[in-house]
Amino acid sequence: MLDQLPAIIIAVPLIAAAVCAIIRNETICWLIALVVAFVSFVGSATMLGQVQQYGEDISYKLGGWAPPAGIEYKVDLLAGYVLVLVSLIATAVLIYGRQSVKVEIKKSMQGWYYTMYLLCMCGLLGIVITGDAFNAFVFMEISSLSMYTLIALGKDRRAVAAAYQYLILGTIGATMYVIGVGLLFTLTGTLNLADLAVRLGPMLDTPAAIAGMAFIIVGLSLKIALFPLHLWLPNAYAFAPSAVTAFLAATATKVSIYLLMRYLYTVFGFGFAIEQTPIPEVVMVLSLLAIFAGSFTAIFQENVKRMLAYSSVAQIGYITLGIALANATGLTGSLVHIFNHAVMKGALFMLVGGIAMQIGTVRLSDMAGAGKAMPLTMFGFVLGGFSMLGVPGTVGFVSKWYLAMGALENGWWWVVALLMLSSLLVLVYMGRVIEVAFFRERPADAVPLKEAPKSMIMTAWVFILACVYLGFDTSFTVGVAEQAVNVLLGGAQ
Amino acid sequence: MSSLLFHPALPILIGAFLVLRLNGTARSIVLLGAPLVCLAFVWMTADGVILSIPYMEWTLEPFKADKMSRLFATVFGLMAFAGNLYALKQEKVLELFSANIYIAFSLGVVFAGDLITVFVFWELMALASSTVIFSAGTDTARAAGMRYLMIHLLGGVVLMAGIAGEVSATGSIAFTSMLPDTLPRALILAGFLLNTGAPPFSAWVPDSYPEASYSGMVFLSAFTTKTAVYVLARGFPGAEILIFIGLFMIFYGIIYGLCENNARKMLGYSIVNQVGFMVTAIGIGSALAINGAVAHAFAHIIYKALLIMATGSVFYVTGKRKFTEYGGLFRTMPLTAICCIIGGLSISAFPFTSGFVSKAMTAEAAYVGEYYWVWYLLAAGTAGVFLDVGIKLQYFVFFGKDSGQRPPEPPIHMRAAMVFFAVLCVGIGVAPQLFYQLLPYAQEYEPNTPDHIVTQFQILLFSGAAFFLFLKYYGWHLVNSLTLDFDWFYRVWGRKIAVAFTQNSGSARDSIIDDLSKGAKQTIDRIHHRHGPAGVLARTMPTGRMVFWAIVMLAVYLLVDFAFM
Repeated sequence: MLDQLPAIIIAVPLIAAAVCAIIRNETICWLIALVVAFVSFVGSATMLGQVQQYGEDISYKLGGWAPPAGIEYKVDLLAGYVLVLVSLIATAVLIYGRQSVKVEIKKSMQGWYYTMYLLCMCGLLGIVITGDAFNAFVFMEISSLSMYTLIALGKDRRAVAAAYQYLILGTIGATMYVIGVGLLFTLTGTLNLADLAVRLGPMLDTPAAIAGMAFIIVGLSLKIALFPLHLWLPNAYAFAPSAVTAFLAATATKVSIYLLMRYLYTVFGFGFAIEQTPIPEVVMVLSLLAIFAGSFTAIFQENVKRMLAYSSVAQIGYITLGIALANATGLTGSLVHIFNHAVMKGALFMLVGGIAMQIGTVRLSDMAGAGKAMPLTMFGFVLGGFSMLGVPGTVGFVSKWYLAMGALENGWWWVVALLMLSSLLVLVYMGRVIEVAFFRERPADAVPLKEAPKSMIMTAWVFILACVYLGFDTSFTVGVAEQAVNVLLGGAQ
Repeated sequence: MSSLLFHPALPILIGAFLVLRLNGTARSIVLLGAPLVCLAFVWMTADGVILSIPYMEWTLEPFKADKMSRLFATVFGLMAFAGNLYALKQEKVLELFSANIYIAFSLGVVFAGDLITVFVFWELMALASSTVIFSAGTDTARAAGMRYLMIHLLGGVVLMAGIAGEVSATGSIAFTSMLPDTLPRALILAGFLLNTGAPPFSAWVPDSYPEASYSGMVFLSAFTTKTAVYVLARGFPGAEILIFIGLFMIFYGIIYGLCENNARKMLGYSIVNQVGFMVTAIGIGSALAINGAVAHAFAHIIYKALLIMATGSVFYVTGKRKFTEYGGLFRTMPLTAICCIIGGLSISAFPFTSGFVSKAMTAEAAYVGEYYWVWYLLAAGTAGVFLDVGIKLQYFVFFGKDSGQRPPEPPIHMRAAMVFFAVLCVGIGVAPQLFYQLLPYAQEYEPNTPDHIVTQFQILLFSGAAFFLFLKYYGWHLVNSLTLDFDWFYRVWGRKIAVAFTQNSGSARDSIIDDLSKGAKQTIDRIHHRHGPAGVLARTMPTGRMVFWAIVMLAVYLLVDFAFM
């Protein structure tokens, strides 16, 4: 049974999705999805535990075909870490989102919502677990197509336009990726990532390999929404149903970042992609631009969901900055921030989902005086804001600290200065919400407010508390990340 | 962990939250009781590290005490008591709440044993104190509070960058005495200095504090700048650059204070001036000088709060802020006037007041340390302070030309708070040896010697004479002057930048992209002449623009990779 875990966490959601598509009853579908997501989480955590315990990667030969010819599922520390993150968020958002889905999605569509949700989770887990370049593309398409549908389920009619935009761009990204994989395949005749790394070694400086690398990087950058390829993200996040946004923001881009790290550090290799090409420099410039452009734009948003979306663009910049720093400390920061950002942004989007449900809009001006009527929600927002700001004692501090230390190791003082300065921008956009909610009076003619349903508040608060807890006890995030970095840097040393 | 229960900040923090829920007598009891419990905790606290918590790869020391931290905590506790007494009937609960958590956070800094803890409480203080300003509720207060917050968070950014560098270089987060000899340490120093009101950002003090309510400014005057003095005394004793910065602050405060017509604003300048004395003393760095700085901080909190309470009372009963609108208030507000005069004498280092016994040490330290020119400038500064706060304030508010107003004395609790601090001012001045026992370094020093007292009288006498000689011209000057400070730069340009961003953020980005794409367009048009429809880039839909960027990025990666191979 345990041997089959890698297949189980992929196959079970896939089958469950089909079952949901047939049943389409909201309650049953929700239950199925919840159980399946939880099973995936337990499976992922078990595998991570096994890898940690035995210090040996799990390799699963799909259908019994041995790699490199057959498809291999591979769980090392890095993959296990991201698997746990994705399945954990998927489970939490299911607990959180049921009430919100009931309100925000048409009754006839709710069954489909859970179908697509399961497919999406399956795709995301698949991208992480697979050791095969083309199989990753297939999973990427599974997750993306279901994601487009999920976004289009939004009540706002602009959701359809946003989903369409995301579809076009996501497809372009995937196409670029597959072109890159194709180039590498023609060169080496293999699709297995580990095998690819070995065979590519002597051929790295050929034009085809370099072109393949460029296509893969740009394709993944589109999926990551790395500046300047981020324009699909704000609309998609803003108009998708609240639960979808929380899930999307916490997982989708992170998985693509994981894949990018894999390619840069293991397939093309530290010795080549990082040391010999100027890719780290380009990524660093783009990351810093993302941080500042994203934050500045976030400041001027009236729609709070959109504001958080632009803030995600900036936070993605922090994660990719760690890739560019290319030392163990910086990469640890990057991996820790993948987890931390998922936790804090997930929490914030969950809280905003509650606001959307109670107030009916997510416009900043409509939130005046919400602090008094929804103290739990807004106080959670304050704590989440602290975490985004990077106040010591929250998760935001831990990851920013590692990034700053990584930058110092490279002697990049000015990057540290910019990192710190960027926190000020976070303060401005989070501060605006807090100011409006706590220091403005609620207009007399506005509808009376109350807290969002308990299931939503409680899930969001579990994440908020996690922001603080993981800010003090870093043994899971930093502990695993520090070891997982060896997966990336191990080949180089 | 249980030792945290006896952290002096805790009673005040709990009190702050209780104030949110309580009314009437219960609220008064909490407001007055919490500082007393805090003071009891301060004096129960033993020396050394009381609590340490493992955090990431270090050990945090959030609760560590010695003589210096106890001294600061004592005066903070006294200040919390008097401030809460003065603000007892403040209707804005938010102000009382934020003022008390602000006090608790500053106690957090005072008992912090490591840089990370210092930083956390430092930032929390900035947030809480700006809420004190916000809670005045006026539009000007909101704007001033925002400027205040931005300046302080900028300082926090500098401080954090410094701490990150320091930890990276030394691997330790311990908060010990250092010199600004490396870039990280210089940054830490700069972050600390910003909170003292050091140049070029001195203007935040007079800009923001007067906008707080009558009681809000009493709280604000005591904690931010003095916590900064505390961390400087602990972190950078003997950093010579502080002498120059401190002297600059002294004269900055005097000159701008003389030109100021707004009484509360003038007291803001006077804070910068007095903190200048402390910063100078820290720069000298000998045991006597540090004692002087610390003692001066102690005395200063009390007499400055007293002055602000007195002017706050006048503001409270008349609703007016300007010198030219006051005059002759002595007739109906004798108690307030007497308290204000005692505060004014203290700040001018008049013999037998608290200011005299504390400032004397700094001057002595400059003399003993052979900084003779510093000694002269300190003496001149003392004369200037007398001119400002010792005479000008009293003269224009309580005496001078009768404005015809007959306001009543403030309510009893406000009077009680003033009398309490006035008694402390005189008490410390009369019996300095008791007070000296609290100081961090043991010393044999007697300020009240005949020749010392005579010298001081001479300085003050001539200073007073100068004021009355130039009085005729001076009144005219007050009404018609407008002073320009460094904050003009960030207030005017800052606003322009902000406005430019708010109005044009979308269109500016579009136009930049358009500009950029025009050049690229011609190139790509040629390449894709047959394959792509012309004008893809001109489309406003982000889809088109994104595709364009995707191609640009692809080109960038291909170009740089081939170019550098």
